[in-house]
Amino acid sequence: MEPFIHLRGVTKIYRRGKAEHLAISDATFDVMPGELVSLVGPSGCGKSTLLKILAGLHPHDGGEVRIGSASHSFDPSRDVGMVFQSPLLLKWRRVLENVLLPAEILGLPMGEARERAKGLLALVGLTGYEDKYPYELSGGMQQRAAIARALVHDPKLVLMDEPFGALDALTREKMNLELLRIWQEAKKTIVFVTHGISEAVFLGTRVVVLTAGPARMADNFAIDLPRPRTLDMKTHQRFGEYTRRIYKLLGME
Amino acid sequence: MSENLQRWTFAVLAHVALILAWYLFVKLGNVPKFVMPSPAATLDALLQPNYGWWTNVLVTGTEIFAGYFLALVVGVGLALVFTWSKALEAFFMPLLVSLNMIPKVALGPLIIVWFKYGILPNSIMAFSICVFPILLTTARGLRETEPELLDLVRSLKGSRWQLFSKVQLPGALPYIFSGMKVAAILAVAGAIVGEFLGSDKGLGYLMLQVQVTLDTPAMFMAVIMITLIGMLLYGMVLALERWLVVKDARLD
Repeated sequence: MEPFIHLRGVTKIYRRGKAEHLAISDATFDVMPGELVSLVGPSGCGKSTLLKILAGLHPHDGGEVRIGSASHSFDPSRDVGMVFQSPLLLKWRRVLENVLLPAEILGLPMGEARERAKGLLALVGLTGYEDKYPYELSGGMQQRAAIARALVHDPKLVLMDEPFGALDALTREKMNLELLRIWQEAKKTIVFVTHGISEAVFLGTRVVVLTAGPARMADNFAIDLPRPRTLDMKTHQRFGEYTRRIYKLLGME
Repeated sequence: MSENLQRWTFAVLAHVALILAWYLFVKLGNVPKFVMPSPAATLDALLQPNYGWWTNVLVTGTEIFAGYFLALVVGVGLALVFTWSKALEAFFMPLLVSLNMIPKVALGPLIIVWFKYGILPNSIMAFSICVFPILLTTARGLRETEPELLDLVRSLKGSRWQLFSKVQLPGALPYIFSGMKVAAILAVAGAIVGEFLGSDKGLGYLMLQVQVTLDTPAMFMAVIMITLIGMLLYGMVLALERWLVVKDARLD
């Protein structure tokens, strides 16, 4: 099968006046359709920048970026869903209206979109909250709504930038399990940026490790743990080997 | 609900207590009427037809509301123009910040030279004093959109107009209202100062007329009228805000 995302030697340089800052160098990896790839690394390693390149928000300076294949077409305006660290729900819209925002922007038929949005709210466990305002929801619930919003236009690729980084540890674990369930049901390709090493291993079919100073891609390997994943896999010997491998790459051992 | 009732009760009680204290102060202190009239004497002034209360209230009210409404249109309008063009904003914004530093009251004599006296120059006075808070807070509110929200809209290739109408403008509403509330109080002051400087009608004009004869009850009543007009304007803004802005997003 052809990869859905194909990156070869991708480089990004930020210029401020005469100063140059290398944000990414030589990022080379493939993502197969339906994979959930974790990008893990410390702050400043360029993982968010890479996500913005995939979203088509930033141009890259070198290398090759290809998304979509003959069997899996990709429309850059309709096939990207984004989730950020902060839920970024519009305060003045009710939950359902928030989820509908991408459908409105894309001009999709609203009747269908509304039904779909309700289905997605059920998928993320927010049935009954359609008419609430964001401030009436907890942080975890707001992030669930943000995930439903990222899926409402049925994109092929969902980009997540530390989506659970602002949640408390317990909610975060719960959201990890939820995300895996949603991913399984929605059948999307997901690129998941995190600085949580165990989160990266627990979620990913594959982990790409990026390092900072200088920014470069350090490793890319498949996670061979059974699915569906369960929390007790975190005590699995192989889970420990994977996390140790990442700790070593990040110079923490 | 009962908590609400309690708050209202206290609010009414506080006002009644003030009037009572005023009454007792004048009564027990034997304060002469020309220094401080009693509540009854003040109310009595309202019944004298020679003060032309309704005409004067109407004139001052027109000045305040006209100046305020114009400031709202111009202030929000200019702020919108600035979000469309970075160049215009970079050019005009520093200028407007400097102009904002002019004490608007000092413009009074000039406004009289340019526009004579009457309702128009006093409306302009009210306008000039309240356009800046509206403009500056609106511009700030429109700039305040989270960068990631811009990313979200841009990743969907949303248009400039969609970004503006769905995200920026509704997001700026709490700021617009916070400017409008400040401006509501300033508009009243602007119109009255305008009337002090030159006019032949209005509550400010009336106050200058009765001052000569030390007719303090009429002056008291005029101040109360001016305050009531201000409260009406402020109340309308507040009601509009409650209607348009979700509770959580309100700034005050």
